[in-house]
Amino acid sequence: MVELTLPKNSRVAEGKTWPKPEGAANLEELRVYRYDPDSDANPRIDTYYVDRDDCGPMVLDALIWIKNNVDPTLTFRRSCREGICGSCSMNIDGTNTLACTCGMDEINGTVKIYPLPHMAVVKDLVPDLTGFYAQHASIEPWLKTTTPEPSAEWKQSHEDREKLDGLYECILCACCSASCPSYWWNSERFLGPAILLQAQRWIVDSRDEATGERLDDLEDPFRLYRCHTIMNCANTCPKGLNPAKAIAEIKKKLVTRQL
Amino acid sequence: MSDTPARPRPLSPHLTIYRLTWTMAMSIVHRITGSALYFGTLLLAWWLVAAATGAKYFDTANAFFGSWIGQLILLGYTWALVHHMLGGIRHFIWDTGRGFGPERQGLARMTLIGSVSISILLWVLALVLRS
Repeated sequence: MVELTLPKNSRVAEGKTWPKPEGAANLEELRVYRYDPDSDANPRIDTYYVDRDDCGPMVLDALIWIKNNVDPTLTFRRSCREGICGSCSMNIDGTNTLACTCGMDEINGTVKIYPLPHMAVVKDLVPDLTGFYAQHASIEPWLKTTTPEPSAEWKQSHEDREKLDGLYECILCACCSASCPSYWWNSERFLGPAILLQAQRWIVDSRDEATGERLDDLEDPFRLYRCHTIMNCANTCPKGLNPAKAIAEIKKKLVTRQL
Repeated sequence: MSDTPARPRPLSPHLTIYRLTWTMAMSIVHRITGSALYFGTLLLAWWLVAAATGAKYFDTANAFFGSWIGQLILLGYTWALVHHMLGGIRHFIWDTGRGFGPERQGLARMTLIGSVSISILLWVLALVLRS
């Protein structure tokens, strides 16, 4: 359902302004969403100052710098720090992206950081992705075949392999799904851009033999057709992929298979 | 496991913090103009019913549409109609699998530029033809 305002327990209050690092000449201001599940308080926005001369260039560097030097309770997911694990996805400067590949220099003024939008928050910048992963499992993201297994690998022509380009690179960071207003209002029933792009990745795989069933499963007013080509997914994807186009290809396939 | 019931997790902010893009804005406007067209079509039906009812009632309806408020509503209706139509064409292009590249923002921008200029053109044409 469309709900423009946040529930009462989710309204964001003004938080604490942490002291500026001493003797720093080059300061960066960060405003970060905080939520502590162990207290009864509502979420709040804390203000931090980072010494740019002592800190790496990326937003993730700044978060780690804060955690090491200012506030060890600041909580966020991170792992590879090079845009391939998809852990540090969050809303930075109004757009979802990976903190590790987003440079502070790309942002004008204060760096505003929120968790991925319209998600249940576990703590600070950590959203609950249980539903997202369950939806991924629901499309059965593995090779499904009925013909006897070949003695070696399942072969694929170069042309067929190329059809997976722009799809296989997805790292399931959930930036796109959390950017999609349709997914905000209907995340219980709409699969969302990331999962639909994954679905397309298996639909176009020349080795997969369950294309028909996969399409049947998606032919649903909510699972697939809640996509209204708002395109936030394509605008926000930190890997430069285009879920909107992948979804359009699925819709097209559903129409053309009836001709 | 603790016995105390878990506090419901807060929902992270969404619409209020997300930066507006052209495609997002035009999607919202497409919805708004779509709903506005229901209202506009009711006015059109009322005008036709008035014409079928009789000369006197038709004059009343025409007087309303001729007043400044009526004209303003008609101008809005024209724009909503043209905007929704251009949006429909944009969605039709996307349904064919085209226009998903960087040109998508331009397509969305063109919907607004197109609808405003076509509406103005139609009204200038109508006013010139009437005088």
